[in-house]
Amino acid sequence: MQARRDFAPGLVLDARKRSTMRERIVAAPEPAQVFVLLDQGDGRRGTPCVREGERVRQGAAIARADDGPGADLHAPVAGRIRSIGPHENLREAGPGIVIDNDGSDERDSRWEPCPDADSLDPDDLIERIRGGGIVGLGGALYPTAAKLAQGRDRSVTHLVLNGAECEPWICCDDALMRETPGEVVRGAQLMLRACGAAKCTIAIEDDKAEAGAALEAALAAAGDARLSLAVLPAVYPAGAERQLLTAVTGLEVPQHAWPPAIGLLCQNVGTAVAIARLMRTGEPLIRRIVTVTGSGVAHPGNLDARIGTPIAELIAAAGGYAGAPRRLWFGGSMTGRALPDDAWPLTSAMNCIVAATAADLRAPAQAEQACIRCGDCARVCPAGLLPQELHRAVRSRDEMLLERFGLADCIECGCCDYVCPSAIPLVERFRQERVAMRERAAEAARAKAARLHFEHRERRLAELEADRRREFEDARRRARDSSRDGG
Amino acid sequence: MNPETLALIGGAIVLALALGGTLGWAATRMPRDADGLVERINALLPQTQCGQCLYPGCRPYAAAIASGEADLDRCPPGGAVTAQAIARLLDRPPKSPDPSYGTTKPRQVAWIDEARCTGCARCLPACPVDAIVGAPRLMHTVIAAQCTGCELCIAPCPVDCIELRAVTAAPPSQPLAAGC
Repeated sequence: MQARRDFAPGLVLDARKRSTMRERIVAAPEPAQVFVLLDQGDGRRGTPCVREGERVRQGAAIARADDGPGADLHAPVAGRIRSIGPHENLREAGPGIVIDNDGSDERDSRWEPCPDADSLDPDDLIERIRGGGIVGLGGALYPTAAKLAQGRDRSVTHLVLNGAECEPWICCDDALMRETPGEVVRGAQLMLRACGAAKCTIAIEDDKAEAGAALEAALAAAGDARLSLAVLPAVYPAGAERQLLTAVTGLEVPQHAWPPAIGLLCQNVGTAVAIARLMRTGEPLIRRIVTVTGSGVAHPGNLDARIGTPIAELIAAAGGYAGAPRRLWFGGSMTGRALPDDAWPLTSAMNCIVAATAADLRAPAQAEQACIRCGDCARVCPAGLLPQELHRAVRSRDEMLLERFGLADCIECGCCDYVCPSAIPLVERFRQERVAMRERAAEAARAKAARLHFEHRERRLAELEADRRREFEDARRRARDSSRDGG
Repeated sequence: MNPETLALIGGAIVLALALGGTLGWAATRMPRDADGLVERINALLPQTQCGQCLYPGCRPYAAAIASGEADLDRCPPGGAVTAQAIARLLDRPPKSPDPSYGTTKPRQVAWIDEARCTGCARCLPACPVDAIVGAPRLMHTVIAAQCTGCELCIAPCPVDCIELRAVTAAPPSQPLAAGC
């Protein structure tokens, strides 16, 4: 194992993974019905390519990515398409495709292994990954094929596999690395082939000793000199892309740039396993590992579940609710999102589902108070920002200050919120301001387009008017000339 | 006083008169950056081109504000934000919009009920931004991305088949309080 690398700011949090870290991955029972959301959580919406009443086989494409980066969605189960559009009982979840599982598990004809993956041309390999609908399973859902192709175009040299999993509660990647380290290594090799990088570092936190040992054994078995393991201190947010890359390589991704600009590419370990599986068996992205945890479930653990399974069924698979759950959310406790209802389906973005009782929640926050400029937020900010100054800029709506203090560089990790003694919801303010800025920019673009259309129309009308007047003058002159000739 | 000093003072007076005269002439003959000011006011207006200010478009209204002919409280689509921004630009006390010119509404776009449209083409010249596509005796439709929601197409329609629909954005998902 390599020596620990430094990871300066951030927080040491209670990981809350003890109850799930020992558990083996359990296959969740097959759902009788799945609801695959067209927007899996990244804001991009696929276009359905099946019809209601049609029978689909498991793994068949059911929605195509629109123009631009996106990934196809595949049928998680074989069966008949019940409906396309918003779910009758779950309208706020947005449109999706409901499939009634017929239990046959009949596989699509394209579900074929790819034994010659290691001799494939990198472009063909990327095309296969695109066909499998693989997306970044760390939560951002960026289409993996697009990311690998961008990395190839920029001739990246160093691939970093993110196994840090720094947020409290989540341990699906940890389980994956413990149980299938060989698949992680295999996925890393395939990704190296696809993006053309010379080396790959698998980065994990130092609280995952078992996963580290498993990966080391797998790396030794593979005997591939390009691959190595880096162990980082367990400091939140070690797994944030930019922060992880800096910790592993010592390079900092510049402002307004992305990792390939400095020759780096970052992928999640879950994504690597998905690619390895796609090549070994031909299975597209139709399931993921999800941690179901919290004091509000009877047997917390890691489930291997189909995309589109109702959350309630996953909770039932984890022994059902226990105690008095107060909140239900997906993701970790720092950047998670509330789930309004356990009828919502599993999406590929959901790495963790938490049913929290009062014991899991922090004491209710005091009412927000004025900023006392203590600077605690600036000390913990992993992006090196000054959240107190940003907050001031947000309050004054000063776009120049927002730009200067780097609103665009906030990674919304929540560290500043966590330490703020005045209980100011800083990240929420920043997030809202980003949305407001985007809206203002869109508004300005619309106004500019309207002004141009208006000016164009004014010019056209003026030209028409001038033409009309000229014709009128010509006609009058002709009439005068002819009357003079006649007289 | 020696002659050199006298010559220097005389030269200074001549220079002052010449420069003063040039500036005075320029002030009467050249507009005082009126166009620049109009453009800057126009940039703050929402470009709805709705004419609720009683001027035929946003730029004419900007020109009227710049010349002092109209007050800055006549733009309902821009609302308080626009009135404030113009007041700041002109260094005048802020003023809220005058409701007698209309009320501020959320963003809306025109929508044509194509089943009822008779293809009379009367709404086409009414649109200030050419956002309606159609031809006589053919069905019309609105280019929603180009429509400013100015409502000017409603009145000319003889069969009342145009209505304005609010543009609603999807509500964002609910974040947690960090560390809960």
